Amino acid sequence: MSEKLLEIRNLKQYFNQGKANEVRAVDDITFDIYKGETLGLVGESGCGKSTTGRTIIRLYNATGGEVFFNGEDVHGKKSKKDLKKFNRKMQMIFQDPYASLNPRMKVMDIIAEGIDIHGLAKNQTDRREMVHDLLETVGLSKEHANRYPHEFSGGQRQRLGIARALAVDPEFIIADEPISALDVSIQAQVVNLLKELQEEKGLTYLFIAHDLSMVKYISDRIGVMYFGKLVELAPADELYKNPLHPYTQSLLSAIPLPDPDYERNRVRKAYDPASHNYEEGEELSMREVTPGHFVLCSEREFKSIQQEMATV
Amino acid sequence: MEKILEVKDLELSFNTFAGEVKAIRGVNFDLYKGETLAIVGESGSGKSVTTKSIMRLLPENSAVFKNGEILFDGRDLTKLKDKEMQKIRGKDISMIFQDPMTSLNPTMPIGKQITEPLLKHQKIGKAEAKRIAIDLLRMVGMPNPEQRMKQYPHQFSGGQRQRIVIAIALACNPKILIADEPTTALDVTIQAQILELMKDLQKKIDTSIIFITHDLGVVANVADRVAVMYGGKIVEIGTVDEIFYNPQHPYTWGLLSSMPSTDTDDEKLYAIPGTPPDLLSPPKGDAFALRSDYALAIDLEEPPPFFKVSDTHYAATWLLHPDAPNVEPPGTIIERMKSFPGSRYYEGGKVNV
Repeated sequence: MSEKLLEIRNLKQYFNQGKANEVRAVDDITFDIYKGETLGLVGESGCGKSTTGRTIIRLYNATGGEVFFNGEDVHGKKSKKDLKKFNRKMQMIFQDPYASLNPRMKVMDIIAEGIDIHGLAKNQTDRREMVHDLLETVGLSKEHANRYPHEFSGGQRQRLGIARALAVDPEFIIADEPISALDVSIQAQVVNLLKELQEEKGLTYLFIAHDLSMVKYISDRIGVMYFGKLVELAPADELYKNPLHPYTQSLLSAIPLPDPDYERNRVRKAYDPASHNYEEGEELSMREVTPGHFVLCSEREFKSIQQEMATV
Repeated sequence: MEKILEVKDLELSFNTFAGEVKAIRGVNFDLYKGETLAIVGESGSGKSVTTKSIMRLLPENSAVFKNGEILFDGRDLTKLKDKEMQKIRGKDISMIFQDPMTSLNPTMPIGKQITEPLLKHQKIGKAEAKRIAIDLLRMVGMPNPEQRMKQYPHQFSGGQRQRIVIAIALACNPKILIADEPTTALDVTIQAQILELMKDLQKKIDTSIIFITHDLGVVANVADRVAVMYGGKIVEIGTVDEIFYNPQHPYTWGLLSSMPSTDTDDEKLYAIPGTPPDLLSPPKGDAFALRSDYALAIDLEEPPPFFKVSDTHYAATWLLHPDAPNVEPPGTIIERMKSFPGSRYYEGGKVNV
């Protein structure tokens, strides 16, 4: 595989640390993101997938662990200047295209905000041209630059969000449920746009979502989270064909598919965390079952999985 | 089968500052006893407005019935006075909303919220209502119902809240249950539980369900029949198998193709181009024509009537006219049609209709 763009090592994000209501939103997770790939992150609400994204981009200060971007620690002490340099490389697209655009700013200024902060435009004409180019890249036209966000539909707003993220020429984009708020027919438009941009600009995505069929479609690899832990990480096809962790199996069995015949015969699996029967002292870690396919399991479970794989 | 609700030529507009928004432009459908009818379509297609007009929940000063009738129990709901409507709402017809957070009163224990419709619509005392409420909670799968009666909505999870909303909606054994995106705000695993619960309860109390959603996977799971709405009209209606395995309207084709299945490969996802029509000035002909790859010249001139595909299956597209050219649907749709007896691409196969 190609080189690592991002290395996440033992990342922890605890809220209300040390108090009675401590929440371990992200609890010691480790994974890599390779250059040019899309890593999907799925799980139910509250499992910590969004927090993971936000901690990686430093919207939260991590409680523990490290994030290396191109070999450089993101969470280490940084001067303002270094931070600025780093912010340019990593951008975010948010879920709600209504809440994430300032209603009192014109599209021109929303998109150019990053350009201004980083001083990327030489003069006003240059700035305007950059915004016009960006609008066209995301499938809007330059006339849109003088409008306000409320004049756009949900799908168009999400395109504005993408244009804003692209304005500073990032290498890595965290897309936090970018299509959840959109209609089915518009979802496909936005997903196709993200894919095209990736091919054109060689972008790397962390795609956070709970719609598993869309995630499979856009992702090269998928990580499944459950209660702050990464429980399985595998290439997209492999995860769907051969889910190993019982939670992944339960999640996959719950996706409704647009196929009535399949739905009539669907067997849903429930996940019971107690089913693991972990004994005291058993150590859980991400173990590699087949190349690139990691599962959170104990040594004992690992052996039984390997035995099963051998018999198939 | 017994018809329980008939919607005939319904037209409804909103008067706004910008002008008249023609939200529903001639909708016809019947609802039969014990069935689940799913209404699908994107935002602004009129699916929620249709059901809210059945419940008469639209603001009377801006929403105006232009034409048509909604027949329930021999009465036209569009003509009822507010007082009369209040006797039907929550008793014969009840509704579940998308967001269980906002449809429950945060300042009231849930027990009180469940007994509310019982005390209002049925001549029973408080103790009796409480007993029924506990039974209802047990029926929707809430553990320790006696203790939980005293708790407030914030003490429940999203899935549990939706169960409470369902308990309230079913309190008076309604003849019709309208569910407006009841699982959209929930996770897939919770969604699967709620859908199973709704199907179970439907069998138990033999109610008819109108299920609004834009998730075609959910439709395939719950529906007996499906109505596809676009631009304020129903463009195709049929049994769930007819809609998923033998769709006829290009909009239905687009919807079905734009959802990746879990075995869709890396090929580009089909996206319906453009955006939904502006209902301030609805297009003259077929509202979908401008976004359709299959539009004919007549689509821009005259709206298509319903063409009959089978006794249960109708679609409003000029492509079904005898004089229309023979077009080939998208590849994914042909794949679906291959397993449907009666479609022109049938190759023999699994689906039994």
